[in-house]
Amino acid sequence: MTKPVLQVKGLHKSFGALQATKNVSLDLKPNEIHALIGPNGAGKSTLIGQIAGWITPDSGSIILDGEDVTGETVASRSQKGLGRSFQVSSLAMEVSARRNVMLSVQASQGSSFRFWGQIKSDRDLRETAGHWLVKVGLSGREDVAVSELSHGERRQVEVACALALKPKALLLDEPMAGLGPTGSVQLTEFLEEIRPEIPILLIEHDMDAVFRLADRITVLVGGAAILSGSVDEIRASALVREAYLGEEA
Amino acid sequence: MQVTDTAPKPVTGFKFNREGATNVAVMAVLLALPLWASSVGEDYYVNLASLITIFAIAGVGLNFAIGQGGMVSFGHAAFFGIGGYTAGIAAFHSFEETLFMSVPFAISGTNQMLIIWVVAMALCGLAALAIGAISLRTEGVYFIMITLAFAQMIYYFAISWPTYGGEDGLSIYLRNQIGAVDTDHALTFFLICFGLLLAAIFVSARLSGSRFGAALGTARMNETRLATSGINPFPIKLTGFIISAMITGLAGALFAELNGFVGPSMLSWHRSGEIMVFVILGGVGRLYGPVIGASLFVLLETYIGEWTEHWQLLLGFALLGVVLFARGGVMGLIAGRARHD
Repeated sequence: MTKPVLQVKGLHKSFGALQATKNVSLDLKPNEIHALIGPNGAGKSTLIGQIAGWITPDSGSIILDGEDVTGETVASRSQKGLGRSFQVSSLAMEVSARRNVMLSVQASQGSSFRFWGQIKSDRDLRETAGHWLVKVGLSGREDVAVSELSHGERRQVEVACALALKPKALLLDEPMAGLGPTGSVQLTEFLEEIRPEIPILLIEHDMDAVFRLADRITVLVGGAAILSGSVDEIRASALVREAYLGEEA
Repeated sequence: MQVTDTAPKPVTGFKFNREGATNVAVMAVLLALPLWASSVGEDYYVNLASLITIFAIAGVGLNFAIGQGGMVSFGHAAFFGIGGYTAGIAAFHSFEETLFMSVPFAISGTNQMLIIWVVAMALCGLAALAIGAISLRTEGVYFIMITLAFAQMIYYFAISWPTYGGEDGLSIYLRNQIGAVDTDHALTFFLICFGLLLAAIFVSARLSGSRFGAALGTARMNETRLATSGINPFPIKLTGFIISAMITGLAGALFAELNGFVGPSMLSWHRSGEIMVFVILGGVGRLYGPVIGASLFVLLETYIGEWTEHWQLLLGFALLGVVLFARGGVMGLIAGRARHD
């Protein structure tokens, strides 16, 4: 049995009377894309917040590559190999795509407490950042300000930022949102390409993409993981159809 | 095609665009006027230029916190005042030939500026470490209020400390020295201040362009991005806050020397507001912005203030105009929006 890269064990989180996460356990194994689906309000964002480190769970643990990171900060989890992209891109908008990726590269190389050397003449930093941008398909757009990039391109920059940290696992929050048909096809191909290197926990509304990409799917309803299984099992499940696919099926 | 072909060439020398030209012009005027004034024996104008220069240094310090790190501190008078009191207290004990403290080890006063600057900056760094460690847990308007509160605490502390003049402040009877340099000579003192202004701007520019500066800038633009890139924002911001305080503290030490006096007014919240005005008027985040801001402020105060005591009304209008129509301050009006690569 292969050891999971990321494990979530018995996670609980309540906000007052609202139980947003009810005893959720799931894992991510090497070479797989594990999709997390669920209707609006199912508690996906709260769960992702806890995995990434923005929200502290009431109980339960998060284990990254065998190490318990439940008490670690967001920055420390990123350093330890949890890469992520956001539902709404979170980048430094005023500066270039390259500058955004350069920050991740400098973090992966060690301390940011270097005060004198100028990053604009740091060839290694610039070129490594450029390499990741080319890898995600942004060749020729490296030095455009992020505010001038399209939604899809921003998502690509975020993924490049994540990849530059040489992550062990990727947490992608609705990467297809706002991409348009061509964009999602390109991204789907790209995710398939990196799957053998980096397993992905994918939160996605686009069912075509989920069914095409996912090796496993976990369905989250009302804060609880009601079902987990292969694509065919999820498609066949009456429970899922009722809870989630509803009108679509 | 190689990737790097599309990259702009790394800028090694001075960027000569409109902002660069403005910077050179402003600094040239600031240097030329006192040189001329001194040659015709008008030391009043030399001292006026020294005042502008000192305020500009204080502004460069605050601008590093606001413009680079996005930390809108309304308490920088604390550091300005700590710098001033360091110079004042050192001179006081040196003049009286008494000890500042004898337990656990003896510390005497000094009349050596170089030592005073180092001590002033170190004390400001320590104060900023304590203030920042607490304040930086808050954001936005709470950060503004808590920095203000800390500065007020130090202000009231100074007022209630009779040893060093309390409310009346402390006179520096003899200006402190640098070896054999005649610091009492108005032009010499101006040149010292001017040199330190250049140094402050240079350090600020180097830091902004470094890896640390990239992280600090991202803390301003998007803290979530910084953390997600694996860099913990808190120590980065705290370090930035400390550096900013140290620069403003140096300005405070010079201000006390220029006036031959240090009092609680250096620590008052009006002073914090003034330093912020230098930054906003000149252009937040513009390297030489505080020089323009401090120049306008001092010139308005001196010349309009001579004509009417309501000069601050005019300053208010100037500030209103800048905030409403030129978000980049006066530098923004002259050179357009700040450029990023």
